[in-house]
Amino acid sequence: MWNHLKFRHGVHPPELKELTARIAIRRVPYPDEVVLPLRQHTGKPARPVVKPGDRVERGDALGEPDGYVSTPVHASAAGTVEGIGLWPHPDGSYAPAVRIAVDRYSPQAPRPRLVPDWTRLEPPEIVEAIRQAGVVGLGGAAFPTHVKLTPPKDQVVDTVLINGCECEPYLTTDHRTMVEYPERVHLGLRIMMRCLGVTRALIGIERNKPDALEAIRRTLPADLDVTVQGLEVKYPQGAEKMLIKALLGREVPSGKLPLHVGVVVQNVASAATIAEVFETGLPLIERIVTVTGRGVKRPANLIVPVGMKLRDLIDACGGFTPDAREIVFGGPMMGLAQAHLDTPLVKGTTGVVVLAAAETKPTVSYPCIRCGHCLDSCPVFLNPQLLGQLALKERWEEMEATHLADCMLCGCCGYTCPSNIPLPQLFALAKAALRRRPAAA
Amino acid sequence: MSAPSLLVTASPHLAAGDSTPRIMWTVVASLAPIVAVATYFFGPSALLVVAAATAGALGTERALDRPGTLRDGSAAITGILLGLTLPAGLPLWMAVTGGVFGIAIGKLVFGGLGQNVFNPALLGRAFLQASFPVALTTFPAPGTGHWWRLLGDNFAWPFASPRALDTVTGATPLGRMKFDHQGTSLLDLVLGTTSGSLGETSGLVILLCGGYLALRNYLNWRVPASIFATVAVLAAGLHALDPARYPGAAFMLFSGGLMLGAMYMATDLVTSPVTHLGCWLFGAGIGLLVLLIRLWGGLAEGVMYAILIMNAFVPFLNRLTQPRVFGSAGLGGAA
Repeated sequence: MWNHLKFRHGVHPPELKELTARIAIRRVPYPDEVVLPLRQHTGKPARPVVKPGDRVERGDALGEPDGYVSTPVHASAAGTVEGIGLWPHPDGSYAPAVRIAVDRYSPQAPRPRLVPDWTRLEPPEIVEAIRQAGVVGLGGAAFPTHVKLTPPKDQVVDTVLINGCECEPYLTTDHRTMVEYPERVHLGLRIMMRCLGVTRALIGIERNKPDALEAIRRTLPADLDVTVQGLEVKYPQGAEKMLIKALLGREVPSGKLPLHVGVVVQNVASAATIAEVFETGLPLIERIVTVTGRGVKRPANLIVPVGMKLRDLIDACGGFTPDAREIVFGGPMMGLAQAHLDTPLVKGTTGVVVLAAAETKPTVSYPCIRCGHCLDSCPVFLNPQLLGQLALKERWEEMEATHLADCMLCGCCGYTCPSNIPLPQLFALAKAALRRRPAAA
Repeated sequence: MSAPSLLVTASPHLAAGDSTPRIMWTVVASLAPIVAVATYFFGPSALLVVAAATAGALGTERALDRPGTLRDGSAAITGILLGLTLPAGLPLWMAVTGGVFGIAIGKLVFGGLGQNVFNPALLGRAFLQASFPVALTTFPAPGTGHWWRLLGDNFAWPFASPRALDTVTGATPLGRMKFDHQGTSLLDLVLGTTSGSLGETSGLVILLCGGYLALRNYLNWRVPASIFATVAVLAAGLHALDPARYPGAAFMLFSGGLMLGAMYMATDLVTSPVTHLGCWLFGAGIGLLVLLIRLWGGLAEGVMYAILIMNAFVPFLNRLTQPRVFGSAGLGGAA
């Protein structure tokens, strides 16, 4: 089949992963203060359960889930709660967060496991344990994992896909996880397959990571039906719909979830984290982050306590180079530029890319010349050219009729646009305007 | 640690590296060999006409558009392309007028770069053809007399009758086909040793230069491919029916302005469809209209009007050929 293992369109940005692809993951020293936003996941923010002055140990809950699509937030370091209030959030807003003055000399006395042993649990109990451990998708969107592992009764899931594409330039978080912790990836996958009652799984990895492919293949458990598949190096290979199309040839219907084609997709780091919380008995309080870019002196792959501030993280990597100019949380294709060095890392932060002045995009835009390059790059076959023209005229309803909802803001159109029109930004604006509309009416 | 002054922009934070000015200036550069070949065949007159049309276009853009738009290179393309559609002996003031009209009426009244419906260079030429039909169809034969001698009366005063100079003029291959029922050798057509407008003559060079742009993805190859295929298939079919009356496919492809029109005019990004299917239909429409005008119309050559007519259909073609959205069954977006 000519289109096997492929999706159509997409772009080929420079990979830029060589800065950190061969650097082993290391742990950073604790900072003096960590700040944990109560909203670190898609859904409702957690409700705080601590008050200023409270003493907390690593893994204690700071916030409890508020509703079903919500997860708890846990203390990533021992210390004293300094305050609960608005703080710069990676999404650009100010959001409620718990500040903890870190006690570096906490005795770390042995305590009972906070997360139970999964082998003695039934699937619903495992899912609840995952929820109480605060586990969310670590690929960027931070969707609560327990929701993904609880499909509606009328949906039949037949396959679990593990997403090891890491198609964003610069980032090597998933790459290093696969190279250094391949058993954890497999254990996390095993737990998910148990929860979902699924017997078949595929692991998709872009072919630019041969050492990760090798490590994952070498540690493949003999008793599970898991296939490891090398994939074309193309952005956005790691987008759920593109990955499902490439690995299974199934097209997720417009406006539907992967569940509708019987698939649950989890990213490599999320699988490893599920394994980690059951192994260590501690909830999700730290994650692996790539700190990279030409604007930082010593690029690295780090194990970082959630809530560590950007300022402390950059310090741990030798500081900024003189030409550092823009800091992006996530990869450069979809990541968010940060305005405050006090912004904390959250569970969904896959990487920190510090761009040097020469790497930043020019800010001048030209009129659209209708070259059509955006149509040739859009992986969901939208017409970004038309959508962009409509957005500039604020014709939101017409954009909705032109399938704006299918846009996943992957950034391919903006990447190819020779006129440097900020198409993804316009589409995000339109989506926000359409979301606000029912409230206004 | 010295904190940098942070730049905050929207994603994506990387760009593919092509910019609109780079595309436009690359097109300008790719036109240089075509202008050079025209100068080889027609002497300094060719350069003068192209320069005059370009000056008219650039001057108008400078005078009427916002400051700085000259740098995007699009006005230069319009001027050079217009110059290439004109005969070498044309009085220069007419070439300037064509450039002024093309930019002012063809582009700026629509709102400048990216907003125009019709190809500005062709609109400028259509204006000249309607205003000065005799001057626009007086074609000096290439390679006659001394190379450095001006062909025709390039320096005629505006609205004065051109002085009668002893320039050898010749009918274009299409004119000879249509009005005299004479053929032209294919080799002459391919190399360009025939009468015609500056850019009408050497099909080979135009094909190479346009092909380079297609490789760089600065033009959509589907447009010329569709035009060539349509013209070739229809011309070959008619030729098979009545060889005496209808010339063959190769003649139709390499005569007149078809090469320049297909590679450089029809592929103008702004005035061609954005969808691939739209480009195929657009090219097919142009090919069909070219043959209709050449074989049954009142004019010897029809590329200009064929492209201008199809330009008008571009918004419709775009709407008709919206891509099928991922995960949906039918054609989407058409409304």
